[in-house]
Amino acid sequence: MAETSRSPGAPALTGLDAVPGVAKPDPILIADGVVRRFGGLTAVDVDHLEVPRGCITSLIGPNGAGKTTFFNLMTGFDTPTAGSWQFDGHDLHGVAAYKVARFGMVRTFQLTKALMRMSVLENMKLAAVDQPGERLATSLVSSLWRKRDDEVEQAAKELLHRFRLDHMADEFAGTLSGGQRKLLEMARSLMVKPTMVMLDEPMAGVNPALTESLLQHVKDLPGLGMTVLFVEHDMDVVMDISDWIIVMAQGEIIAEGPPASIASNRAVIDAYLGAHHEDKSVFDEGPAKIAIPGGAEASDWAAARAREERDQ
Amino acid sequence: MTIIHEPLLIADGITAGYLPGVNILDGCTLELYPGEFVGIIGPNGAGKSTLLKALFGLVNVREGVVRLRGESITNLAAHALVEKGVGFVPQTENIFPSLTIRENLEMGIYLDSDKFGERFDEVCDLFPLLGQRASQRAGGLSGGERQMVAMGRALMMKPSVLLLDEPSAGLSPALQDETFIRCREINATGVSIVMVEQNARRCLQICHRGYVLDQGRNAYTGTGLELLHDPKVIELYLGTLAQG
Repeated sequence: MAETSRSPGAPALTGLDAVPGVAKPDPILIADGVVRRFGGLTAVDVDHLEVPRGCITSLIGPNGAGKTTFFNLMTGFDTPTAGSWQFDGHDLHGVAAYKVARFGMVRTFQLTKALMRMSVLENMKLAAVDQPGERLATSLVSSLWRKRDDEVEQAAKELLHRFRLDHMADEFAGTLSGGQRKLLEMARSLMVKPTMVMLDEPMAGVNPALTESLLQHVKDLPGLGMTVLFVEHDMDVVMDISDWIIVMAQGEIIAEGPPASIASNRAVIDAYLGAHHEDKSVFDEGPAKIAIPGGAEASDWAAARAREERDQ
Repeated sequence: MTIIHEPLLIADGITAGYLPGVNILDGCTLELYPGEFVGIIGPNGAGKSTLLKALFGLVNVREGVVRLRGESITNLAAHALVEKGVGFVPQTENIFPSLTIRENLEMGIYLDSDKFGERFDEVCDLFPLLGQRASQRAGGLSGGERQMVAMGRALMMKPSVLLLDEPSAGLSPALQDETFIRCREINATGVSIVMVEQNARRCLQICHRGYVLDQGRNAYTGTGLELLHDPKVIELYLGTLAQG
């Protein structure tokens, strides 16, 4: 199966060697010797990594591999023990998180961080940049910020519609369900109109049917000039969406390459995908035999009753 | 001749919500028979987690009744339910980050602390990582490791009913499969399980019966395999991306 770069306008990645640290044409993010230690534990030890511009790159790896820590380092939420990295020509070592966001690199969180006592729409509007109403002097004259505020509100409503949260716009963000908070987090990151968006498990907790429509929006982002780097565990999603995949384990990059080369990479299967990825027969057995006397009978009876109700 | 089948746990016509006048659940019903593994799936915001919370007394039930072995447990406090043999693993914020793994597991069995040693060994058999890193602070664990701590803690009391809220969320594919196999093993030992899951395919493969919720109401029920192949469920909820 020949994998091709699918994002429109993305550089061709097909000719590249699938080895860790390979140089890409026109990388947007370059990390060199980035190390983060917590006491005796080395959480991240990335020798060299380049993230290609205008592509969708997935970062996968087992739990505790250091993916989120790597995100934190790149976006200024944590400081590395050693190393340097450049985003779009800017050296970002020691740059605060909010400044990183102004350079156009925006991230979402695995454990969502919404402002619970503000409405969903307010959460969205807060993320937008360049709002005259946020400065004391201009905030006093409504004509100076009204136009920009209307634009922001319009953009927020469009995104909420796209993420199927429009019916919740006026509710407190605290009332959203776990999956809906994920959606808000992702929608909010797009309010900043970033050049690079880093998504930390955006699909975890989002129902499968909605995942598919969200995927389509993520696929559209490179066409709008954005680079996407995302952490995701759903391999159907990763294989469907990625132009390039980077695999981390125990803090290091153990493999990178186009989707097809990763799926068949022995080291990746051992470290991450697991034996059941290839052999799913363990789930063909179905549910366990009911261990409690009389329980099996009752369960069958309940299933039959459900069937009858449905046929009516 | 009629055979009377008594559910172990029943939620009958539950109406519940967080804000005054806003009902998340709107007449929802669920039955769990002895030894059964029941899955709950549905779109985001359908009320799946709220239904679990209603079963565990964490959200105020406005109408309807929850019964355990025929006895009403509606709106009982969570610790009283733990004593009656119900275990609950929340979706997020389900560990004590400042405590060690061992202390987290101790919290799961403070009602019966004499049995700690024995149960700790049993739980570590199921999740070896917890034993290996028992003295490490739980706050330093990754998302997947935290999930193991939370499940382990709920199992410390040897519950007869286990309520799981998205146990596979945030886990790597290998660990997700592992989690589902573990859940099936736990079920095979006689623990009845109610599980809310987004990985609907896996969930329906290993559960005896499933409920599909939509907007706080029951949309469909059936055996796991029936739902897995029901065209309406696929269209509404499962999607077509992962056919495997």
